[in-house]
Amino acid sequence: MNPSRKRRIRLVVALTAALLAASALVYTSFSAGSDERTAGQLLDGAVPGKTYTLAGTVAQGSVRRAGGVLWFSVRDPRRPVAARVRYTGLVPDPFREGRGVMVKVQRRGDTFIGEKDTMVTKCPSKFQVAPPRPSAGSSLA
Amino acid sequence: MATVGRALLIVAFAVALYGIGASLYGALRGGRAWVDSGRRAVYALAGVLTLAFAIMEAAFLRSDFSFSVVATHSSTTTPTFYKATAAWSSQEGSLLLWVWLLSIWSSLALALTRRRVREVAPVATAVLMTFASFFLLLTIFYASPFATLAQPPIEGTGLNPLLRHPAMMFHPPMLYSGYTLFSIPFAFAIGALVTRRLNAEWIVSTRRFALAAWLCLGIGIVLGARWSYTELGWGGYWAWDPVENASLMPWLTGTAFIHSIMIQERRGMLKVWNASLVLATGTLAILGTFLVRSGILDSIHAFGASTLGVPFLILIGAMVLGSVGLVAWRRADLRSEHQLDSLLSRESVFLLQNVILVALCFVIFWGTFFPLISEAVTGTRASVGPPWFDKYTVPLAFVLVALSGVGPLVPWRRLTVASVRRGFLLPLAAALVTVLALVLVPGAWQQPKAAAFAGIVAFVLTSVGQELWRGMRARQASAREPAPVALAGVVSRNRRRYGGYVVHAGFAVLLLGVAISSSFQHAKDVSLRPGQSARVDGFDVRYVRATARAGAEKISLGAVLDVSKGGRHVATLRTTRGFYPSQDVSQGIVGRFFGGESESEVGLRAGLGRDIWAVINPNLEPLAPIIDQGNRTFRTAMVAVMSKGDSPRTLAQLYALRDAAVVAVAQRFVTRPWPAQFRFIVSPLATWIWIGAIITFLGGLLALWPAPATARRRVTAGYAARVARELARSAP
Repeated sequence: MNPSRKRRIRLVVALTAALLAASALVYTSFSAGSDERTAGQLLDGAVPGKTYTLAGTVAQGSVRRAGGVLWFSVRDPRRPVAARVRYTGLVPDPFREGRGVMVKVQRRGDTFIGEKDTMVTKCPSKFQVAPPRPSAGSSLA
Repeated sequence: MATVGRALLIVAFAVALYGIGASLYGALRGGRAWVDSGRRAVYALAGVLTLAFAIMEAAFLRSDFSFSVVATHSSTTTPTFYKATAAWSSQEGSLLLWVWLLSIWSSLALALTRRRVREVAPVATAVLMTFASFFLLLTIFYASPFATLAQPPIEGTGLNPLLRHPAMMFHPPMLYSGYTLFSIPFAFAIGALVTRRLNAEWIVSTRRFALAAWLCLGIGIVLGARWSYTELGWGGYWAWDPVENASLMPWLTGTAFIHSIMIQERRGMLKVWNASLVLATGTLAILGTFLVRSGILDSIHAFGASTLGVPFLILIGAMVLGSVGLVAWRRADLRSEHQLDSLLSRESVFLLQNVILVALCFVIFWGTFFPLISEAVTGTRASVGPPWFDKYTVPLAFVLVALSGVGPLVPWRRLTVASVRRGFLLPLAAALVTVLALVLVPGAWQQPKAAAFAGIVAFVLTSVGQELWRGMRARQASAREPAPVALAGVVSRNRRRYGGYVVHAGFAVLLLGVAISSSFQHAKDVSLRPGQSARVDGFDVRYVRATARAGAEKISLGAVLDVSKGGRHVATLRTTRGFYPSQDVSQGIVGRFFGGESESEVGLRAGLGRDIWAVINPNLEPLAPIIDQGNRTFRTAMVAVMSKGDSPRTLAQLYALRDAAVVAVAQRFVTRPWPAQFRFIVSPLATWIWIGAIITFLGGLLALWPAPATARRRVTAGYAARVARELARSAP
């Protein structure tokens, strides 16, 4: 076989393989991807049994711990609604009220059950923080 | 000093613009003086930015809260070591660090290449100075590290507790060094394409910088993983977070580049591929910087709420379009000088390894940007998690590690039956024996992928050992030296080759640690009172006693844990959770000491066989009534003191009482302990991840170090140049 024809065949085989691999990648990512939703979207139309990624801010005064279970509400960034979440598992260090979180949830009635160890909390270190107020007295120096 | 800092940034910007102009004018008109002046502008830029960086660091060390960046990222109670590192925890400081490192590495690169690649260097200088100008513009107009506050606060916000870890001293500078060092081969590639000097000269001149970039970025990534393992309280070291992925992508394409340039140097092949790889690596390095700063993707690390997205997108767009355009424009000059002789050759192994690395990069790119892609296609933002990444990256990593063992055994141009027999028999036997031995270990066969991976690692280690052994024997035969001297001699004379082999061995060990620790890990989340125990992977972990410590920086509540196996003491672990004071006065006079940021101190017993890892998460709710009572009591007392206009001494006494009350509240965790939440993890071979990383980087250093012959040549050349200059001066 002449070398240029051989090269062309190799190229076609390589491109076909790359195309097949890329198609598999695209297909699996769309089928395995977990939809990111706000509290309002989930309250309006979440289907029980389907997993969603709930993204939003932990509502002030909503965090309660009882028997190894963490309860909190995630606020919708655009609407005055919040989704109540029951979560067990690892709680990231930066988790607290007013902080951005993402957690995989399934709907059960009006509550959303968090999937264990799926909570991600935004690291506050690299946010643009407001300038501090003058300190209210000395600390434990 | 802030004014001086701002002025220095403007001077630096002017110097960078001059550098671009002088270099390009010199290149177009063939004026050496202008080219030299452009190069010296880079040295001047490094000097000016060193001063600016020193001013910022001094402000942090002096806790000068008139600097906005200091007030929002440091405090008087932040330990001095962390005051120094706080500079790059901010958007503004990290941008200044980026451009400062760029100026330092650019100066070094241009100084070392000043007598080589003379046509390419001026264009490279202009490209490097364009990057510098871009970052300086950001520090002048978007995120100034020298912005000041009209009313400086008495106390700063403090460094985020999560960043108070020794690795944070080196992690960001290493990552940024990696990114900025990759911009050097990028700039020289642009220079080579523009000036049509597309032989291997630009590669030879900059390959050491590509290797240094690879090394620094790799060290930065591993330090980040170590920080995550010992600081973040979740027990993992990699989460496929967009910011982690952003640093891994240029590292992967950089690794491919370091390998494929050997083919261009030796055989004049893969010119288009090499140019594309280095241009992609440089662009991915900037993309990483953009990802961290734009807030475009949800990440636990990103500098959110930033306005830097648009300028970065413009830069990245220009880099992509310019790179593709240049490669297309010069495609005729980028033709290979030779063709592949055989699919069974070292060139082919390198090519396959390159394809795997680029495929890995593409998978990670797709997964990272999938939220944006899905939003564009379906209108809904969706994300893929670690299982999706693992599905693709694990098999590709298998092949990659196997190729790192195959590569050294395959000769250039063509593999023969004799070379197969000579090279492959022993490594294959080692792999087979390892897999068979693992079959006998109880439970090991339940994880066939991990057992197969251990076999591949045995193949790689034997292959590398065999090559070192053969090199040593050959030297022994020719020089009649004892074995250690012969080994040192052969490695010293072929540092790039044997350094590379050591890297292969280290990387295999690292991935073995990843494979085994993740496949055979045992984790348990439990709630325990003092005296109670939990069993994890055959280890009994007993909560011996609670601990509490209140200091100026934080309040730490923790536990002493006794780990035993079969009644035999194994280790004593201490884990704490630190609560930092909040600046939010609405939390109350006592409550604010418990209401700020918090961080975990992991209890870790690291061993060659397994790591035993523990973290405590104390529940503060039982303290809420007593904190509320303290808030009420001290608020009443404070109002009384303020209304009477009592002396500062009375106020100081009240603060002292408050501090005593805070200590007493914290001590209740010890005197009246309630159940605390724990996470225990037993990970076999986890320590080998870090040992593998150290071996990898030592190999990288070995490959980077100039060979003795080169060093000798440099001294001789320097001496010859000096003699020539003196002769020229003494000539009539």
